[in-house]
Amino acid sequence: MKEILSGNEAIARGAFEAGVKVASAYPGTPSTEILENVSTYSSINSSWAPNEKVALEVAIGASFGGARAMACMKHVGVNVAADPLFTVSYTGVGGGLVLVVADDPEMHSSQNEQDSRNYAKFVKVPMLEPADSQECKEFTRLAFEISEQFDTPVMVRSCTRISHGKSIVELADPVTGLPAPALVKNPRKLVMLPGNARERHPLVEQRIVDLSAYGDTNPVNRAEYLSEDIGIICSGVTWQYVREAIPQASTLKLGMVYPLPKKLVREFASRVRKLFVVEELDPFIEEQVRAMGIEVVGKELIPLCGELSPGRVRTAFAGTSFVPAVSATPLSVEKLPSRPPNMCPGCPHRGIFYLLNRLKAYVTGDIGCYTLGFMHPLNAMDTCVCMGASISNASGIVRSLQPEEQRRVVAVIGDSTFLHTGVNSLMEMAYNKAPATVIILDNRITAMTGRQENPASGYTLSGEEAPMVNIPELVRALGIRHVVEVDPYDLPASRKVLEEEMARPEPSVIITNRPCCLIKGDCRFEKGTVLEIDQDACTGCRACLSIGCPAIEWKPDASGKKGKAWIDPLLCTGCTVCQQLCKFNAIK
Amino acid sequence: MTMSDITNILLVGVGGQGTLLASEILSEVFMRAGYDVKKSEIHGMSQRGGSVVSHVRYGRQVFSPVVPEGEGDILFGFELMETYRSLPLLRPGAKVVANNYRIPSPSILLGQESYPEGLEGKIRGMFPDFMLVDGLKIATEAGNPRVANTVLLGALSQRIDIDESFWIEAIEKLVPRKALDINLQAFRKGRVL
Ligand SMILES: Cc1ncc(C[n+]2csc(CCOP(=O)(O)OP(=O)(O)O)c2C)c(N)n1
Repeated sequence: MKEILSGNEAIARGAFEAGVKVASAYPGTPSTEILENVSTYSSINSSWAPNEKVALEVAIGASFGGARAMACMKHVGVNVAADPLFTVSYTGVGGGLVLVVADDPEMHSSQNEQDSRNYAKFVKVPMLEPADSQECKEFTRLAFEISEQFDTPVMVRSCTRISHGKSIVELADPVTGLPAPALVKNPRKLVMLPGNARERHPLVEQRIVDLSAYGDTNPVNRAEYLSEDIGIICSGVTWQYVREAIPQASTLKLGMVYPLPKKLVREFASRVRKLFVVEELDPFIEEQVRAMGIEVVGKELIPLCGELSPGRVRTAFAGTSFVPAVSATPLSVEKLPSRPPNMCPGCPHRGIFYLLNRLKAYVTGDIGCYTLGFMHPLNAMDTCVCMGASISNASGIVRSLQPEEQRRVVAVIGDSTFLHTGVNSLMEMAYNKAPATVIILDNRITAMTGRQENPASGYTLSGEEAPMVNIPELVRALGIRHVVEVDPYDLPASRKVLEEEMARPEPSVIITNRPCCLIKGDCRFEKGTVLEIDQDACTGCRACLSIGCPAIEWKPDASGKKGKAWIDPLLCTGCTVCQQLCKFNAIK
Repeated sequence: MTMSDITNILLVGVGGQGTLLASEILSEVFMRAGYDVKKSEIHGMSQRGGSVVSHVRYGRQVFSPVVPEGEGDILFGFELMETYRSLPLLRPGAKVVANNYRIPSPSILLGQESYPEGLEGKIRGMFPDFMLVDGLKIATEAGNPRVANTVLLGALSQRIDIDESFWIEAIEKLVPRKALDINLQAFRKGRVL
């Protein structure tokens, strides 16, 4: 049967067909939908973990118990999961173990564009890279076979264009006859004390040699000989761009990007006059090919930053003997107002950022919808590094400041991010008595990535009710003495609390209590009464515009100099934040 | 070499407008009609009210999931300014089907910039094969303003030479049951515009 599937759906299907029993993940664009789709197969125990390290460790545990297991994450998630990853490379696996990582070249939704292929080499594990949805499914299945055959975790690397691209997939039946999971003691292999680890390391090195030979003959790597003048080594979605941009080129398409199939690479190089590597981001393949003593052209032509496309590949080769110079000038249009992303109407984060702006706070930020507090007109975020960093950054920054500046430092962090890696940071802040203020923006969901449940939201991935982390109690248990809950829709009350806690020369935590206004289907979010601006009472002072709500629009009068504000009734959720800013009682 | 046996469609709009479902339906139509299909879009950050572009390509064999710059054959615009913004993605002579609908950007909401005027004429000047559809108005007449996108899809279907039955099948597969009738009605209204 044929279906049109996204790369993420196809990876989930591949896991199902491979007989995976356990899957764990932490959300992150563009990887999130993998686990969401895995959860539609009842044969797989799938669940959200609070962070990627935990997700991988859950999968490792399941694998040690003999089950095929999978962990999924975005590229930066591997940084968090790196610790177990490096050592599970030594222990090897029980049931097949696969880590799916989705990179985000061009940083469509990410804070950096690190190239995960480097991890495969660093960790010394094989990495497969599919080029379309069919391969997403096939390679996921193959990854489990390789994992068991070579006693190694296997990484499968996707990217935004593969994960969120769709193409046609031929479905197959799940494998049968896998051994039943069971406890098997093998401490010399699984307890990585130095003595045991020293025995494992040479096996890891030999494994890479064996896998390279496997790649020489396995059809996962594929040479296609067309022109003898030009040969291009590439992989994943880049292969698609190359086939389209330079259709006459011979290609060596690497389905396994690490380790390189050295014999195959040598043979391919010897059969073409000029050899290129076309790859997104780092010169990962290029450097290894060059280290083999083979002459190759790569990053001299191909950009290091951003994603590729058929056009970018063609432009890179334009003027060589393979692609004519570009002559047509591209069409241009007049400059338009830009359209950056914005917090939703009724977002409970908005009022807090308005206050932080007015209180001239120095805001150490974190990652989530609330990072949009950076945008005009809120302009209330000063740093944002990685998940969990807001609190520890605040704790660090106050250490060398004078008291009047210490007071201005406020960390903001979402509920999911707090549980991800913020708890350790807050423990540090309490322990070392750093006098900063932390705001936990608890909207009861992991909103940024599309509203996934988390350990404080009350539900699991499959929608079952679950024990809820009590965030105020947790914060107190960490040693924070001043913990205040506020209603972020109540600006005067929130302001008072913020002023008090900022002034306090001790660590303190403020927790907001309004749910994300996009949570549907249960009682967490309730819409208020839609507001309206009395056009007679409105003086055009623009105070309500200062919160940047998409539901409030400035309507200029005929002169264009004055005007009045107007609320779009289809967008307003009745949060009343704008109403509290109107000195003329014009918003009803 | 041209990839003239491939048709490149770009869907553009504002995050949250429903371009994803439309691109989903289109891909399903082409697969059912026997073509190879690829599509690509961005989820995540840009969905929060930002500009969004989906790529759908069909033909005998499609390699890249993204449309090469300047090779779009059909632009399907859900919002007027985004339609105009995306014209450089098209080849000369491309077709444009767009919703006559304006969503102000943040700077326009704040009164710092204004919504550009005369976009309709500018688009038509560059791409004479331009169909501007009052999606919202027609959908409201059909009984539900929420099916504006399906009206547009109907209008677009006139410009694509694929049997109506495939369109109907795809809508039946992808639209929730309880909203099916009104969506089919909206599609047919768009198809005869
Ligand atoms: C290590 C890592 N994992 C995952 C992500 C993707 N990510 C960005 S924000 C976010 C969740 C934000 O949720 P929350 O903190 O509750 O804030 P909200 O968006 O709900 O306001 C996730 C999962 C990331 N940036 N880094």
